[in-house]
Amino acid sequence: MSNEIELVAVAISLAYVLFIARLVRRGQLREKYAMLWMAVGGAVVVVSLSRGPMDAVARALGIHYGPSILFLLAIMFLMAVVAHLSWELSRLEERTRKLAEELALLRPRPPERLVDADPAVSAPDADAIAEPDPDTWVGPPVTPQ
Amino acid sequence: MKLVWPRLLVVIPALNEEATIGAVVRDARTHLNCDVLVIDDGSTDSTVDNARHAGATVLSLPYNLGVGGALRTGLRYAAGHGYNRVVQLDGDGQHEAVEAKRLLDRIEDGHDLVIGSRFAAGYELGRGRRLTMRILSRIVSRRLGARITDTTSGFRAMGPEAIALFSRNYPSDYLSDTVEALLMAGAAGLQVAEVDVEMRPRQGGVPSAHGTKGAYHLARLLLAIGLQGTVKRPANSAGAGIGVAVG
Repeated sequence: MSNEIELVAVAISLAYVLFIARLVRRGQLREKYAMLWMAVGGAVVVVSLSRGPMDAVARALGIHYGPSILFLLAIMFLMAVVAHLSWELSRLEERTRKLAEELALLRPRPPERLVDADPAVSAPDADAIAEPDPDTWVGPPVTPQ
Repeated sequence: MKLVWPRLLVVIPALNEEATIGAVVRDARTHLNCDVLVIDDGSTDSTVDNARHAGATVLSLPYNLGVGGALRTGLRYAAGHGYNRVVQLDGDGQHEAVEAKRLLDRIEDGHDLVIGSRFAAGYELGRGRRLTMRILSRIVSRRLGARITDTTSGFRAMGPEAIALFSRNYPSDYLSDTVEALLMAGAAGLQVAEVDVEMRPRQGGVPSAHGTKGAYHLARLLLAIGLQGTVKRPANSAGAGIGVAVG
Protein backbone atom coordinates (compact mmCIF):
# COMPACT_ATOMS: atom_id res chain seq x y z
CA MET A 1 0.00 0.00 0.00
CA SER A 2 1.15 3.52 -0.67
CA ASN A 3 2.58 5.73 2.04
CA GLU A 4 0.98 8.83 0.57
CA ILE A 5 -2.53 7.97 1.71
CA GLU A 6 -1.23 7.21 5.20
CA LEU A 7 0.41 10.62 5.34
CA VAL A 8 -2.76 12.33 4.19
CA ALA A 9 -4.79 10.49 6.86
CA VAL A 10 -2.32 11.40 9.60
CA ALA A 11 -2.22 15.04 8.47
CA ILE A 12 -6.02 15.33 8.48
CA SER A 13 -6.23 13.70 11.92
CA LEU A 14 -3.60 16.02 13.39
CA ALA A 15 -5.29 19.08 11.91
CA TYR A 16 -8.55 17.85 13.46
CA VAL A 17 -6.99 17.41 16.90
CA LEU A 18 -5.44 20.89 16.69
CA PHE A 19 -8.82 22.35 15.69
CA ILE A 20 -10.48 20.72 18.72
CA ALA A 21 -7.67 21.92 21.01
CA ARG A 22 -8.20 25.47 19.76
CA LEU A 23 -11.93 25.31 20.48
CA VAL A 24 -11.19 24.19 24.03
CA ARG A 25 -8.62 26.96 24.55
CA ARG A 26 -11.19 29.53 23.46
CA GLY A 27 -13.73 28.08 25.84
CA GLN A 28 -16.08 27.14 23.01
CA LEU A 29 -16.09 23.41 23.72
CA ARG A 30 -16.53 21.60 27.01
CA GLU A 31 -13.60 19.36 27.95
CA LYS A 32 -15.78 16.28 28.15
CA TYR A 33 -16.53 16.55 24.43
CA ALA A 34 -12.97 17.57 23.62
CA MET A 35 -11.62 14.39 25.20
CA LEU A 36 -13.96 12.29 23.12
CA TRP A 37 -13.04 13.96 19.86
CA MET A 38 -9.32 13.98 20.58
CA ALA A 39 -9.50 10.26 21.32
CA VAL A 40 -11.21 9.79 17.97
CA GLY A 41 -8.48 11.81 16.23
CA GLY A 42 -5.81 9.73 17.95
CA ALA A 43 -7.51 6.47 16.97
CA VAL A 44 -7.60 7.57 13.34
CA VAL A 45 -3.86 8.30 13.44
CA VAL A 46 -3.13 4.86 14.89
CA VAL A 47 -5.33 3.07 12.36
CA SER A 48 -3.79 5.04 9.49
CA LEU A 49 -0.24 4.07 10.50
CA SER A 50 -0.77 0.40 11.29
CA ARG A 51 -3.14 -1.36 8.99
CA GLY A 52 -2.08 -4.87 9.96
CA PRO A 53 -4.25 -5.21 13.09
CA MET A 54 -7.27 -3.78 11.28
CA ASP A 55 -6.94 -6.28 8.45
CA ALA A 56 -6.52 -9.09 10.99
CA VAL A 57 -9.72 -8.12 12.81
CA ALA A 58 -11.57 -7.87 9.51
CA ARG A 59 -10.43 -11.33 8.46
CA ALA A 60 -11.44 -12.79 11.81
CA LEU A 61 -14.94 -11.37 11.29
CA GLY A 62 -15.12 -12.68 7.74
CA ILE A 63 -14.96 -9.24 6.14
CA HIS A 64 -13.10 -9.38 2.84
CA TYR A 65 -12.30 -5.72 2.39
CA GLY A 66 -10.43 -4.57 5.52
CA PRO A 67 -11.29 -0.85 5.54
CA SER A 68 -15.04 -1.52 5.37
CA ILE A 69 -14.89 -2.46 9.06
CA LEU A 70 -13.84 1.15 9.63
CA PHE A 71 -16.96 2.42 7.90
CA LEU A 72 -19.11 0.13 10.03
CA LEU A 73 -17.48 1.28 13.27
CA ALA A 74 -17.53 4.93 12.22
CA ILE A 75 -21.23 4.87 11.38
CA MET A 76 -22.15 3.11 14.62
CA PHE A 77 -20.04 5.56 16.61
CA LEU A 78 -21.53 8.62 14.89
CA MET A 79 -25.08 7.34 15.41
CA ALA A 80 -24.37 6.94 19.11
CA VAL A 81 -22.91 10.44 19.30
CA VAL A 82 -25.84 12.03 17.44
CA ALA A 83 -28.36 10.22 19.66
CA HIS A 84 -26.50 11.51 22.69
CA LEU A 85 -26.58 15.06 21.34
CA SER A 86 -30.33 14.84 20.68
CA TRP A 87 -30.77 13.68 24.24
CA GLU A 88 -28.72 16.59 25.57
CA LEU A 89 -30.66 18.99 23.37
CA SER A 90 -34.02 17.71 24.65
CA ARG A 91 -32.78 18.13 28.20
CA LEU A 92 -31.57 21.65 27.50
CA GLU A 93 -34.86 22.59 25.83
CA GLU A 94 -36.75 21.41 28.90
CA ARG A 95 -34.40 23.38 31.14
CA THR A 96 -34.66 26.64 29.21
CA ARG A 97 -38.43 26.15 29.08
CA LYS A 98 -38.54 25.83 32.84
CA LEU A 99 -36.33 28.90 33.22
CA ALA A 100 -38.71 30.88 31.01
CA GLU A 101 -41.66 29.75 33.15
CA GLU A 102 -39.85 30.67 36.38
CA LEU A 103 -39.04 34.08 34.95
CA ALA A 104 -42.68 34.71 34.06
CA LEU A 105 -43.79 33.53 37.53
CA LEU A 106 -41.33 35.87 39.21
CA ARG A 107 -42.75 39.01 37.62
CA PRO A 108 -46.54 38.92 37.65
CA ARG A 109 -48.10 42.11 36.38
CA PRO A 110 -51.18 42.98 38.42
CA PRO A 111 -54.38 44.31 36.89
CA GLU A 112 -54.60 48.03 36.32
CA ARG A 113 -56.76 49.98 38.70
CA LEU A 114 -58.52 52.41 36.48
CA VAL A 115 -59.32 55.93 37.47
CA ASP A 116 -61.17 57.09 34.44
CA ALA A 117 -63.57 59.97 34.09
CA ASP A 118 -65.47 58.58 31.16
CA PRO A 119 -66.53 54.96 31.60
CA ALA A 120 -68.33 54.99 28.28
CA VAL A 121 -65.15 55.08 26.23
CA SER A 122 -63.00 52.88 28.45
CA ALA A 123 -63.14 49.50 30.12
CA PRO A 124 -65.44 49.21 33.16
CA ASP A 125 -63.91 50.10 36.49
CA ALA A 126 -61.92 47.14 37.81
CA ASP A 127 -63.49 47.51 41.28
CA ALA A 128 -66.97 47.44 39.86
CA ILE A 129 -66.58 44.20 37.94
CA ALA A 130 -64.67 42.49 40.75
CA GLU A 131 -67.97 42.34 42.65
CA PRO A 132 -69.60 38.97 41.85
CA ASP A 133 -73.10 38.97 40.50
CA PRO A 134 -75.27 37.00 43.01
CA ASP A 135 -77.43 35.58 40.21
CA THR A 136 -74.57 34.02 38.33
CA TRP A 137 -72.13 33.13 41.10
CA VAL A 138 -71.34 29.43 41.14
CA GLY A 139 -70.21 28.66 44.67
CA PRO A 140 -69.88 29.86 48.27
CA PRO A 141 -68.38 33.32 48.83
CA VAL A 142 -64.68 33.78 48.42
CA THR A 143 -62.52 36.11 50.42
CA PRO A 144 -60.63 38.30 48.00
CA GLN A 145 -56.85 37.96 48.01
CA MET B 1 -64.84 16.85 57.15
CA LYS B 2 -62.62 19.69 56.10
CA LEU B 3 -64.45 22.43 54.28
CA VAL B 4 -62.55 24.24 51.57
CA TRP B 5 -64.07 27.17 49.71
CA PRO B 6 -63.53 27.07 46.00
CA ARG B 7 -61.03 29.66 44.84
CA LEU B 8 -61.29 29.97 41.11
CA LEU B 9 -58.60 31.14 38.75
CA VAL B 10 -59.40 31.57 35.07
CA VAL B 11 -56.26 30.91 33.03
CA ILE B 12 -56.11 32.30 29.51
CA PRO B 13 -53.10 31.52 27.33
CA ALA B 14 -52.81 34.34 24.79
CA LEU B 15 -50.60 35.07 21.83
CA ASN B 16 -51.35 38.31 20.00
CA GLU B 17 -55.04 38.44 20.89
CA GLU B 18 -55.32 42.20 21.43
CA ALA B 19 -58.64 42.38 19.59
CA THR B 20 -60.43 39.91 21.84
CA ILE B 21 -58.52 39.53 25.11
CA GLY B 22 -60.15 42.48 26.87
CA ALA B 23 -63.65 41.18 26.20
CA VAL B 24 -62.69 37.64 27.21
CA VAL B 25 -61.26 38.83 30.53
CA ARG B 26 -64.26 41.05 31.28
CA ASP B 27 -66.64 38.24 30.28
CA ALA B 28 -64.96 35.88 32.76
CA ARG B 29 -64.93 38.45 35.56
CA THR B 30 -68.58 39.31 35.02
CA HIS B 31 -69.93 35.77 34.93
CA LEU B 32 -67.65 33.92 37.31
CA ASN B 33 -66.44 34.80 40.78
CA CYS B 34 -62.81 34.50 39.89
CA ASP B 35 -59.39 36.00 39.45
CA VAL B 36 -58.19 36.08 35.88
CA LEU B 37 -54.65 35.21 34.86
CA VAL B 38 -53.52 35.83 31.29
CA ILE B 39 -50.36 34.05 30.21
CA ASP B 40 -48.81 36.19 27.53
CA ASP B 41 -46.92 33.74 25.33
CA GLY B 42 -44.61 36.26 23.69
CA SER B 43 -47.18 38.66 22.25
CA THR B 44 -45.91 41.62 20.26
CA ASP B 45 -49.17 43.61 20.24
CA SER B 46 -51.18 45.24 23.03
CA THR B 47 -52.44 41.93 24.48
CA VAL B 48 -50.75 42.58 27.85
CA ASP B 49 -52.07 46.13 28.23
CA ASN B 50 -55.58 45.20 27.18
CA ALA B 51 -55.67 42.22 29.55
CA ARG B 52 -54.47 44.27 32.54
CA HIS B 53 -56.84 47.03 31.59
CA ALA B 54 -59.73 44.57 31.73
CA GLY B 55 -58.68 43.40 35.20
CA ALA B 56 -56.42 40.42 34.63
CA THR B 57 -53.08 39.63 36.21
CA VAL B 58 -50.58 38.97 33.43
CA LEU B 59 -47.57 36.67 33.37
CA SER B 60 -45.34 37.36 30.40
CA LEU B 61 -43.19 34.54 29.09
CA PRO B 62 -39.87 35.82 27.74
CA TYR B 63 -40.39 33.96 24.46
CA ASN B 64 -43.05 31.77 22.88
CA LEU B 65 -43.46 28.41 24.65
CA GLY B 66 -46.71 27.29 23.05
CA VAL B 67 -50.03 26.65 24.76
CA GLY B 68 -48.65 23.78 26.85
CA GLY B 69 -45.85 25.84 28.39
CA ALA B 70 -48.18 28.77 28.96
CA LEU B 71 -50.70 26.53 30.64
CA ARG B 72 -48.19 24.86 32.90
CA THR B 73 -47.01 28.32 33.99
CA GLY B 74 -50.60 29.24 34.79
CA LEU B 75 -51.19 26.03 36.72
CA ARG B 76 -48.02 26.50 38.73
CA TYR B 77 -49.24 29.98 39.58
CA ALA B 78 -52.61 28.53 40.61
CA ALA B 79 -51.01 25.85 42.78
CA GLY B 80 -48.55 28.30 44.33
CA HIS B 81 -51.29 30.77 45.22
CA GLY B 82 -53.76 28.34 46.72
CA TYR B 83 -56.38 28.19 43.99
CA ASN B 84 -58.34 24.94 43.97
CA ARG B 85 -60.36 25.51 40.80
CA VAL B 86 -58.97 26.44 37.41
CA VAL B 87 -60.90 27.16 34.25
CA GLN B 88 -58.92 27.32 31.04
CA LEU B 89 -60.27 29.54 28.27
CA ASP B 90 -59.02 30.52 24.83
CA GLY B 91 -58.02 34.13 24.37
CA ASP B 92 -59.80 34.40 21.02
CA GLY B 93 -63.25 34.56 22.56
CA GLN B 94 -64.71 31.30 21.28
CA HIS B 95 -65.39 30.01 24.80
CA GLU B 96 -68.19 31.61 26.76
CA ALA B 97 -67.48 32.15 30.42
CA VAL B 98 -71.14 31.47 31.26
CA GLU B 99 -70.70 27.92 30.01
CA ALA B 100 -67.78 27.41 32.40
CA LYS B 101 -70.28 27.18 35.23
CA ARG B 102 -71.58 23.92 33.81
CA LEU B 103 -68.02 22.59 33.76
CA LEU B 104 -67.49 23.71 37.35
CA ASP B 105 -70.70 21.96 38.39
CA ARG B 106 -69.15 18.68 37.37
CA ILE B 107 -66.03 19.52 39.38
CA GLU B 108 -68.28 19.98 42.42
CA ASP B 109 -69.76 16.54 41.60
CA GLY B 110 -66.35 15.05 42.30
CA HIS B 111 -64.70 15.11 38.89
CA ASP B 112 -61.13 16.31 38.63
CA LEU B 113 -61.00 17.37 34.99
CA VAL B 114 -63.97 18.44 32.87
CA ILE B 115 -63.78 19.04 29.14
CA GLY B 116 -66.10 21.41 27.29
CA SER B 117 -67.01 19.76 23.99
CA ARG B 118 -67.61 21.79 20.83
CA PHE B 119 -69.53 19.11 19.06
CA ALA B 120 -72.86 19.66 20.72
CA ALA B 121 -73.13 23.01 18.98
CA GLY B 122 -72.67 21.39 15.59
CA TYR B 123 -69.08 22.45 15.23
CA GLU B 124 -68.11 22.01 11.56
CA LEU B 125 -64.92 20.18 10.60
CA GLY B 126 -63.23 19.22 7.35
CA ARG B 127 -63.14 15.54 6.49
CA GLY B 128 -59.50 15.00 7.48
CA ARG B 129 -59.95 16.69 10.80
CA ARG B 130 -63.16 14.82 11.52
CA LEU B 131 -61.42 11.48 10.99
CA THR B 132 -58.52 12.57 13.19
CA MET B 133 -60.86 13.66 15.93
CA ARG B 134 -62.72 10.37 15.76
CA ILE B 135 -59.51 8.35 16.09
CA LEU B 136 -58.30 10.43 19.01
CA SER B 137 -61.70 10.20 20.66
CA ARG B 138 -61.68 6.42 20.36
CA ILE B 139 -58.19 6.11 21.86
CA VAL B 140 -58.79 8.53 24.70
CA SER B 141 -62.25 7.22 25.59
CA ARG B 142 -60.97 3.67 25.81
CA ARG B 143 -58.03 4.60 28.04
CA LEU B 144 -60.11 6.79 30.33
CA GLY B 145 -63.19 4.62 30.47
CA ALA B 146 -65.28 7.72 29.86
CA ARG B 147 -66.70 9.05 26.62
CA ILE B 148 -64.65 12.01 25.42
CA THR B 149 -65.55 13.28 21.94
CA ASP B 150 -63.67 16.58 21.80
CA THR B 151 -60.17 15.54 22.84
CA THR B 152 -58.48 18.73 21.63
CA SER B 153 -60.78 21.17 23.36
CA GLY B 154 -59.02 24.05 25.07
CA PHE B 155 -62.05 24.74 27.27
CA ARG B 156 -61.55 22.87 30.53
CA ALA B 157 -62.14 23.02 34.25
CA MET B 158 -59.84 21.46 36.82
CA GLY B 159 -60.10 20.57 40.48
CA PRO B 160 -57.28 20.51 43.04
CA GLU B 161 -55.97 17.07 42.06
CA ALA B 162 -55.69 18.03 38.40
CA ILE B 163 -54.05 21.35 39.27
CA ALA B 164 -51.45 19.57 41.41
CA LEU B 165 -50.76 16.98 38.71
CA PHE B 166 -50.48 19.38 35.80
CA SER B 167 -48.48 22.02 37.65
CA ARG B 168 -45.78 19.39 38.15
CA ASN B 169 -45.81 17.95 34.69
CA TYR B 170 -47.58 19.19 31.62
CA PRO B 171 -46.98 18.14 28.01
CA SER B 172 -45.78 21.11 26.02
CA ASP B 173 -46.00 20.08 22.36
CA TYR B 174 -48.81 21.18 20.08
CA LEU B 175 -51.89 18.90 20.47
CA SER B 176 -50.16 17.12 23.37
CA ASP B 177 -51.29 19.87 25.68
CA THR B 178 -54.83 18.62 25.22
CA VAL B 179 -54.84 14.94 24.19
CA GLU B 180 -51.78 13.76 26.08
CA ALA B 181 -52.85 15.71 29.14
CA LEU B 182 -56.13 13.76 29.14
CA LEU B 183 -54.26 10.47 29.09
CA MET B 184 -51.96 11.66 31.86
CA ALA B 185 -55.01 12.48 33.94
CA GLY B 186 -56.39 9.01 33.29
CA ALA B 187 -53.08 7.35 34.18
CA ALA B 188 -53.00 9.30 37.44
CA GLY B 189 -56.46 7.99 38.30
CA LEU B 190 -58.26 11.32 37.97
CA GLN B 191 -61.98 11.42 37.17
CA VAL B 192 -62.49 12.95 33.75
CA ALA B 193 -65.82 14.03 32.29
CA GLU B 194 -67.07 15.85 29.25
CA VAL B 195 -69.82 18.46 29.02
CA ASP B 196 -71.41 19.80 25.85
CA VAL B 197 -71.02 23.56 25.58
CA GLU B 198 -72.12 26.28 23.24
CA MET B 199 -69.26 28.03 21.51
CA ARG B 200 -68.95 31.17 19.51
CA PRO B 201 -67.11 31.18 16.21
CA ARG B 202 -63.55 32.48 16.54
CA GLN B 203 -63.63 36.22 16.87
CA GLY B 204 -60.08 36.85 15.79
CA GLY B 205 -56.71 35.24 15.21
CA VAL B 206 -55.91 32.35 12.91
CA PRO B 207 -56.21 28.63 13.65
CA SER B 208 -52.84 26.91 13.88
CA ALA B 209 -51.51 23.89 12.00
CA HIS B 210 -53.21 22.58 8.89
CA GLY B 211 -52.35 20.04 6.21
CA THR B 212 -48.92 18.43 6.38
CA LYS B 213 -48.02 20.30 9.54
CA GLY B 214 -51.14 18.91 11.17
CA ALA B 215 -50.24 15.43 9.94
CA TYR B 216 -46.77 15.73 11.43
CA HIS B 217 -48.18 16.77 14.78
CA LEU B 218 -50.70 13.94 14.69
CA ALA B 219 -47.96 11.38 13.97
CA ARG B 220 -45.85 12.75 16.82
CA LEU B 221 -48.85 12.67 19.11
CA LEU B 222 -49.70 9.08 18.22
CA LEU B 223 -46.10 8.10 18.97
CA ALA B 224 -46.32 9.84 22.32
CA ILE B 225 -49.61 8.09 23.07
CA GLY B 226 -48.21 4.73 22.00
CA LEU B 227 -45.20 5.09 24.28
CA GLN B 228 -47.09 6.56 27.19
CA GLY B 229 -47.36 4.23 30.12
CA THR B 230 -44.57 2.00 28.84
CA VAL B 231 -41.91 4.32 30.27
CA LYS B 232 -42.10 6.30 33.44
CA ARG B 233 -41.29 9.85 32.54
CA PRO B 234 -39.52 11.91 35.19
CA ALA B 235 -41.33 14.99 36.41
CA ASN B 236 -40.09 17.84 34.27
CA SER B 237 -40.75 20.60 36.68
CA ALA B 238 -39.26 21.39 40.04
CA GLY B 239 -42.71 21.24 41.63
CA ALA B 240 -45.69 23.40 42.20
CA GLY B 241 -44.54 25.22 45.27
CA ILE B 242 -43.21 28.41 43.84
CA GLY B 243 -43.82 30.88 46.60
CA VAL B 244 -44.08 34.11 44.66
CA ALA B 245 -46.28 36.79 46.12
CA VAL B 246 -48.47 38.86 43.88
CA GLY B 247 -47.09 42.39 43.79
